Amino acid sequence: MMRGTHLPWRGKTAASHSAGETSAAFYDMDGTLVRTNLVHSYLYLTRNEVTVSRSILKTLEGLAKLPAFLVADRFSRAFFNEMLYAGYEGMYEDRLLELAEEHFDEVLRPNIYPGIYELVENARKVGLRQVIVSGSLDVFVAPLARHLGMDDFVSNRLELKDGVATGKLVKPIVAGAVKARLIQEYAQAFDIDLLRSYAYSDSFSDYSMLAVVGRPAAVNPDSRLRRAAQELEWPVIDVR
Amino acid sequence: MIPREKDNVVYIDSDSAPRILHAGEDFEYEQLPIGTRVIYPNQPIRGLPHPDAAIRYALNHPEEMEPLYALLRPSMRVTIVMDDISLPLPSMKLPDVRERVLTIVLDILANHGVDDVRLLVANALHRRMTAAEMKRVVGAKIFNRYYPDQFINHDAEDPEAIVTLGETELGEVVKTHRWCAEADLNIYVNINLVPMDGGHKSMGIGTTDYQGLLAHHNPKTMLEVDGYMDPEKSELAHSGNRIGRVLDQHLKVFHIETALNNRMYDQSMNFLAKNEDDFSELDRLAFQSLRWTLKKLPRAAKREIFHRIPSPYEIIAVHAGKTEPVHSKILAKNYEQYCVPVKGQADVLITGIPYISPYNANSILNPLLVQVMALGYIYNLYRGSPLVRDGGVLIITHPLFDDFDQRFHPSYIEFFHRCLTETRDSFELHRRFEREFAKNPTYIEMYRRGNAFHGAHPFYMWYWGDAGRARVGKVICVGAENEHVPSIMGWERASTLHDAIERAKDLTKPNPDISMLHLAPILMTDVSV
Repeated sequence: MMRGTHLPWRGKTAASHSAGETSAAFYDMDGTLVRTNLVHSYLYLTRNEVTVSRSILKTLEGLAKLPAFLVADRFSRAFFNEMLYAGYEGMYEDRLLELAEEHFDEVLRPNIYPGIYELVENARKVGLRQVIVSGSLDVFVAPLARHLGMDDFVSNRLELKDGVATGKLVKPIVAGAVKARLIQEYAQAFDIDLLRSYAYSDSFSDYSMLAVVGRPAAVNPDSRLRRAAQELEWPVIDVR
Repeated sequence: MIPREKDNVVYIDSDSAPRILHAGEDFEYEQLPIGTRVIYPNQPIRGLPHPDAAIRYALNHPEEMEPLYALLRPSMRVTIVMDDISLPLPSMKLPDVRERVLTIVLDILANHGVDDVRLLVANALHRRMTAAEMKRVVGAKIFNRYYPDQFINHDAEDPEAIVTLGETELGEVVKTHRWCAEADLNIYVNINLVPMDGGHKSMGIGTTDYQGLLAHHNPKTMLEVDGYMDPEKSELAHSGNRIGRVLDQHLKVFHIETALNNRMYDQSMNFLAKNEDDFSELDRLAFQSLRWTLKKLPRAAKREIFHRIPSPYEIIAVHAGKTEPVHSKILAKNYEQYCVPVKGQADVLITGIPYISPYNANSILNPLLVQVMALGYIYNLYRGSPLVRDGGVLIITHPLFDDFDQRFHPSYIEFFHRCLTETRDSFELHRRFEREFAKNPTYIEMYRRGNAFHGAHPFYMWYWGDAGRARVGKVICVGAENEHVPSIMGWERASTLHDAIERAKDLTKPNPDISMLHLAPILMTDVSV
């Protein structure tokens, strides 16, 4: 499978295939596939800094920012991401990669919602191309995508300079309405019929991602998404 | 011999009172044209004075099987399978029949050292019952003892739970729940509300999966049914019987069937079952008050109230033993309760559509279910010939609101607004969309972990209407509050009953024979042509 040059960074897993799919299932990750969120991942990394003193310092810094993260998230998911990822400044790429697998084993895997395996399996059985579309970092998404047998993932990536994170994300930042645009581009690149495709998310911030496909579903939705789902008669699933 | 029309068949004349028609959560009160034949339900058959004793008697004197106690041995495994929330309608005043029967059966099992007992709801592709609903039907004592590990809903999408037993001579796949396949004895506890319930359908259809249902829940079979309430003429029932007989070769099934009377309303609402000409002042006042109150309430509140009013049904028969002889005795009792002899078919049939169907207990009667009530259920409430002649007109009263329950009927929404807007042809719907819905991962998830009807279920609802749809000339809905819902279903819309009757004359003689089925309670017609 060729990587579409017009797409932003996109990961490819071992399960990738290209044989004649016409529809896909797009999954948000945090809160949808797993009960953790971006902040959990961030705090995991800060807790595992190279020195104990730096670990403590970074963790305390992260915890102190929690209220601000919450406010930012209510305001804009893209703004929240920018704020959050600024905290990654100075992290080494190789360290990030090393921790990503441990992060999957210790943080993500135990927190995969029980109903997700079956949902993904049933989607696979009907031949849907399976794609995670997440605001999380590529290094975190990749192991989960492999574990669940996804075909692809679209995620954020830290900007690196000489192997060190600058605290910025490579643009476009995967969040909010951008997810919808990326799904449209993905569909165009792989000849996917969006009207017959599925999208799953837990958050109202992914409203656009859900609205762009013919078969959206709210998964363990927050109150705003639940209201929207009721209004629009979208299915609501609880995989917890 | 032509049966005599009974006292509950009334002809409207110049001084007749208006008639009450259900219209969803409301009532219409309409003056019918002179000469209209109004058919009322039979009076409720008196309930068994000692139902518990009757149940014990049936278990000890079964049909073509040994008594229940003689089938038991200590430490054997028993699975008790029961009907789901779709029966009875509305739900009955406590104790529910299932609780009565189960209490006695479990007592007998315990006395014979049988403690490996499991309870299974035979919901097939119906929605799972909620814990509260399960508790209500079996009672708190039984619920607390068996739920959740030994009292579950059937799960047609759990590959671990489904066992294939074989095929019928016509290649119909026979499947059942693992609990049934592994049991030394299965006991089925049934409520036979109408003649299309029960018999081999209980186990053969209630505990299978989507593939098992494909054999008969398809457009071809359902179009071949000549009267759903007459198993002799129902291809659906024939298929169920073939499947049931294969099941009986593999499993030991002790069938307990019950028939209820049609006492749907208690004293305060009983005027709804009466001839309006015989209304007392109190009845008139009660009806006007009810109607006034309903007009003031929002629809959701009315719905909530109606679903909370249980019916004071009484058991009128209980039989146990081998499936077929048991069912045949219960069917006879159903017919005795429901059948009203009438002479001649009608050109125009008028009927109200109530707020409830077997598929919306504690929920909304969405447009697809209104369709099932009109063309599936009510049209088929006959033995022999349909009450409305072929090419005649069916007039119903209902608001036809575009309102669906997302929790219980998510796939209905897509079916109604996506598929039905493309085609109303069941064969095309079956071919183009059914499998896609059945395998939709979202709908499977909602069926298994939520309380949604299976993704394939809305298709069955549409197919069920096919026989009626093929035979009536048109359906006119009085009081539909929008244009698009009747239009999607291919129905006409009229603002008044008078308009509807005038429009019906396009397909009938200038002075059509008009009949009104005064539902509910349930009634059936024995039409002599």
